[in-house]
Amino acid sequence: MSDEVTTTGKSYLTPFNIIAGIIIIIGLYVTVLRFTKGLGAVTNLSDYNPWGIWIGFDLLVGVALAAGGFVTSSAVYIFGMKKYHSAVRPAILTGFLGYAMVVVALNYDVGRPWRLPYPFIIQRGTTSLLFEVAACVALYLSVLFLEFSPAALEWLGLKKLRNILMKLTLLLTIFGVVLSTLHQSSLGALFLIAPSKLHPLWYSPYIAVFFFVSAVIAGLSMVIFESTLSHRYFADKMDEAHLKEKDDIALGFGKAAALVLAGYFIIKVIGISEGNNWHLLGTPYGIWFLVELIGFVALPCFFYAIGVREKNLKIIKWTAAWTVLGIIVNRLNVGLVAFNWHLPSSERYFPHWMEIAISVFLVTVLLLIFRFICTRMPIMYSHPDYPEEH
Amino acid sequence: MSISRRKFLGWLGAAGLGATVGQKAARAASNKHFDGYPESNGVLFDNTRCIGCRKCEEGCNKVNELPEPDRPFSDLSQLDTKRRTTAKAYTVVNRYDDTGGGKGPLYLKIQCNHCLEPACASVCFVSAFKKTATGAVTYDASVCVGCRYCMIACPFEIPAYQYDNAFSPKVMKCTMCFPRISKGLLPGCVEACPTEALTYGKRGDLLRIGRERIRKFPDRYVDHIYGENEMGGTSWLYLSQVPFKEVGLREDLGVTPAPALTSGALSVVPMVVGLWPVLLGGVYAINKRKEKIEQQEKAQAVAAAVEATEAEAKAKMKEALEFQEKQKEKAIAKAVSQALEEAAKAAEEKVSETPAEDADKKSSKEDS
Repeated sequence: MSDEVTTTGKSYLTPFNIIAGIIIIIGLYVTVLRFTKGLGAVTNLSDYNPWGIWIGFDLLVGVALAAGGFVTSSAVYIFGMKKYHSAVRPAILTGFLGYAMVVVALNYDVGRPWRLPYPFIIQRGTTSLLFEVAACVALYLSVLFLEFSPAALEWLGLKKLRNILMKLTLLLTIFGVVLSTLHQSSLGALFLIAPSKLHPLWYSPYIAVFFFVSAVIAGLSMVIFESTLSHRYFADKMDEAHLKEKDDIALGFGKAAALVLAGYFIIKVIGISEGNNWHLLGTPYGIWFLVELIGFVALPCFFYAIGVREKNLKIIKWTAAWTVLGIIVNRLNVGLVAFNWHLPSSERYFPHWMEIAISVFLVTVLLLIFRFICTRMPIMYSHPDYPEEH
Repeated sequence: MSISRRKFLGWLGAAGLGATVGQKAARAASNKHFDGYPESNGVLFDNTRCIGCRKCEEGCNKVNELPEPDRPFSDLSQLDTKRRTTAKAYTVVNRYDDTGGGKGPLYLKIQCNHCLEPACASVCFVSAFKKTATGAVTYDASVCVGCRYCMIACPFEIPAYQYDNAFSPKVMKCTMCFPRISKGLLPGCVEACPTEALTYGKRGDLLRIGRERIRKFPDRYVDHIYGENEMGGTSWLYLSQVPFKEVGLREDLGVTPAPALTSGALSVVPMVVGLWPVLLGGVYAINKRKEKIEQQEKAQAVAAAVEATEAEAKAKMKEALEFQEKQKEKAIAKAVSQALEEAAKAAEEKVSETPAEDADKKSSKEDS
């Protein structure tokens, strides 16, 4: 995947590039349709189902999976786990691109995207949790940009600016954690307003906490998952420190993920208890809830622990991928599956293929930009002019 | 940086204060209860009087200049399918066939209920929705971004969206004919109703009228005015002959006003902003200090180790020197005693044997 861009003159017609090219052509076609014919032409959204996968997947899942940035940078710069230093830049880059993708996706979803700055410049609706989400996502995207920019500046050779930004690292990290805490939890809190629409097993006064804690799990797992993939495709881009620390990172983050998953499992059970929803566990929705709770929370918790205990990296890597899938399942459950559960099936939502096409298109573009940056900028290695400072 | 830290903190503070104090905050845990604006208006719907003629739908369509419906309003077969409000219809009438007890088909008109504390207004991040003093909940399309959170939030599933409008889509919902009632006119649907199933007036008066009807005809009505307390109270009120859920109104919504559902989560925001930096800064400082102490201890340990090795080396050196000295002395003593012995031997030989060997004697002397 990486060799054709590093060696100029080689053919660009790799299977990956061909598939990506097709996806992009379809994506551009649907984009034109969306912005000329309206939401109705490309989505299955309805008056009952105003939010589809562009919110359920692109926003809810996208933001959760981009949590690796704040998790890693706070581990290294605040909690002093310097041995994970080489994980920071890839995580920040993923976070930055993830959030950028979320914002682009929102442009597709809202009716009048050119008005997205309105909540800040025209009229503020501060009683809305969406206001909080919007403000935090906008600010955090800027923070991530600043956190990422030293890599780009090293590439461009702008030393002075780069050194100024490096001095802001701690401040930016703390700001990033504050903003992430707020909007990760607020994405869950968005649904607090609709107890009559979200299934009681998923609706909880603690939903904001659930979203925040599971975002930490998502962040930890994404770092492991991503480092596995990066090692596969960008091994030639990694310096010794990266290759050496890679296994340490998987073990350390796996251990943390096992702990946080255990905590998450406990608070989820407390959630059932708080609503006294035990009797609902026997219903079809209850069984699906148990699949999520046992299959995607308890099970990965167990396997992370085993993997760390046996120092078995293979188990840890597969568990990370499984956990990431679990986060996707959870966010889709809250946003789509368990939402509007009271409606007859004829009124329920299922995405139009063009909605899926746009989501796939955006993820593909994200991957391409990730590859572009990783093959050029010092992400997985330290720039020779700036040996790691610690 | 061109901005000073003081200035930056100032901005932060201002932004925080603006966000927390700038608006009427919803408070879940307080003794404040909002009963609606005094003298605000509402509509009472009585389904014992409704005949399902759809004249209200037609009236609404006309005064709000909504698009022509697919089938004319006079087509009552439309009632065979259950409908909801859409971007083309602010209000619709549904028929509920004989629910047992021989009460015949009943009808229910749905439209925005104009909550006293509307969910849509609470969740709108540009404050496009307003609960006005007239009782009407209005919508300002000129600021609407089109996030459709209002539609997620509305417990009555009323707001609809113009999905087919690419360039200026709007949320569509009944405004209680705000422009008309502001001029003293009746809402379009109320004016069009031929059977007085709809009564427009002050909400307080409507509640009294409703109670009076229930008191007078206890057999005809369920003893409840829907909307009096649902979701904290609505300006649109309903009387029904059968339990409300049998005519499509949810009875499980509770009496908590919508803003109270999110006020707890919102109240945490300033605390996180205030305390997280302290906590994280503290963790950072503790780690920094731990590192410093570690380094100091390391340095001390190294120094101590160096000292210890040096002392040991000195001692060893001394010992070695002493040893060497002793060896030397021993060697000298040995050599001396050997020489003496040899000399003695030589002397003996000289005495006992021939005294003629001068050369031998000379050499043995030189050796010693």
